[in-house]
Amino acid sequence: MSSRRRGRRARQAGWNAVGLAVFVVMVFPVFWMISTAFKSNDQIVSLSPTWFPLHPTLVHFRDAIHRPYFWTDVRNSLIVVSVTVAISIVLAFLAAVALARYRFGGRKLFVVLVIGIQMLPQAGLIIPLYVVLARYHQVNALTGVIVTYMTFVLPFSVWTLRGFLLGIPKELEEAAMVDGSTRLGVFIKILLPLMGPGLVATSVFAFITTWNEYIFARVLLNDQSKQTITVWLSYFLGSSRHTDWGALMAASTLTAIPVVVFFLLVQRRIAFGLTAGAVRG
Amino acid sequence: MAAAAETTLLRSRRRRRFWGRALRGSIPYGLILPVLVVIGVILGYPLYWLAKLSTERYGLFELIRRAGVSVGLDNYRSVLHDSIFWHTLLRTVVFAAVNVTLTIVFGTLLALLLVRVSTVVRLVVSSGLVLVWSMPVVVAVQIWYWMTNFQNGVVNYVLTQLHVGNFFQHDWYATTFSQLSLVTLLIVWGALPFVVITLYAGLAQVPHDLVEAAEVDGARPWRIFLDITLPILRPILLILTSLSIIWDFGVFTQPYLLIGQSKITSGNYLMSIYLFEEGYFKSDFGRGAAISILMLLIVAVLSVVYVRKMVRIGETQ
Repeated sequence: MSSRRRGRRARQAGWNAVGLAVFVVMVFPVFWMISTAFKSNDQIVSLSPTWFPLHPTLVHFRDAIHRPYFWTDVRNSLIVVSVTVAISIVLAFLAAVALARYRFGGRKLFVVLVIGIQMLPQAGLIIPLYVVLARYHQVNALTGVIVTYMTFVLPFSVWTLRGFLLGIPKELEEAAMVDGSTRLGVFIKILLPLMGPGLVATSVFAFITTWNEYIFARVLLNDQSKQTITVWLSYFLGSSRHTDWGALMAASTLTAIPVVVFFLLVQRRIAFGLTAGAVRG
Repeated sequence: MAAAAETTLLRSRRRRRFWGRALRGSIPYGLILPVLVVIGVILGYPLYWLAKLSTERYGLFELIRRAGVSVGLDNYRSVLHDSIFWHTLLRTVVFAAVNVTLTIVFGTLLALLLVRVSTVVRLVVSSGLVLVWSMPVVVAVQIWYWMTNFQNGVVNYVLTQLHVGNFFQHDWYATTFSQLSLVTLLIVWGALPFVVITLYAGLAQVPHDLVEAAEVDGARPWRIFLDITLPILRPILLILTSLSIIWDFGVFTQPYLLIGQSKITSGNYLMSIYLFEEGYFKSDFGRGAAISILMLLIVAVLSVVYVRKMVRIGETQ
């Protein structure tokens, strides 16, 4: 018996070791980014790298934020993200209520539309969006990017919010209706407060996808003062022959920070929404 | 007289009831209307333009003149007779198949591993996965580019130290195979957290007593996996696989930025990049539109399974 238990313990230790090895391999790139960002230049280009920064320095971060257009493009990203998310969440919430609470003709068609749009490859849409937006002088304008982003934030938000709504028992609303509340009253007094966490989680996730978006921003925004932060970061290396790896990693860290913070906040809540077919990888 | 008044009253009440019901019936339509309008305008209109553009000669000159020249199906003919298109299609299919297989196989293995490790290790590993999951794609590309840099990339250093071979100043961007392998690693690395965490959640539904009973009966782990675990995971695996197929077939950011604009040639095109270079970069919007439509058709066929499954889920709840 004891040998069997010992065998089981040895096996458990083995699995744990494999698990930790997986952790090291998976997390290493992120660790390497942060570590590089804090290293001194001669430590970065050394042919036998050290794992940790010997004398941590903020010089690369200072360099990154003083690069041209960093703050302008951060501001652009924030504008695009907040306007897209604000409009999308309001409109998507209404549609989600319809899907979760009403049966109506054409409902299935609407579901097909919501799911189907999320499957469209973004690259397949760049040509017509570019041409149409150019005709209305919306290339190099943040409004053009905002309406474009709504095409994929809306369906994703409708579907996720619908999932959250289904988690709220209908009986609560029915009871309030029996007590003489109007539909609008039920909506404001019961549904909205209960949906708080779901609305926050969906907004944050919409924030992350919009902040991370690259291809549409790359195609629709050519003017450096109009770009978003992901496009700014993608051009960071530019054509310089001496690559400033420290500054690149510091800039990457800065771009990732808001996403990581938000992501850790809502990851648990949103995980099931993702299974329901949402965000692109 | 009284009878007539009564009928009008009745009729008006019935009419009011009719309008009340119609109003209530129209509520869901009112609720979905804003979304429909927005999608109709900013997606429907461009899609109409996409179809129109694909039958026109439409370059920079036409963009400024704001009118294309109709050429019938010439754009499609040109694309379908382009050997680069067919090579790109084949390369993309193989590339997507490799990516999806690696993602799903490693995802399943890691999810099964998560069940077997101790609670502390599970917490450590899953936090690491969430951290990786949260990396923006453009950031991930920059990290990988730095790690695989030929002069002082850490990958070359580690491989040399581990005696895998002499990788001193090895250039990972020298051949198409090597470039696309790096892109694959990057994509699988980025996709694993979502797949592992979703599958791990699915594994919670596997009945413990059933597995234990099978173990007592002396069933081999492999048989337990095939006969008990796999059937329960099958619906989740189906969703994850079809999602991965669609994403990996249309992937753009990772290959475009990691390989880098200067090293992209017709010899390492993937479908999205082919479309970007031929349509957008060369400002040949008409031909680009034809490529887009062909690509959208392929993806539409690929997504049928997934969309049908999701709609069924949407209908039953």
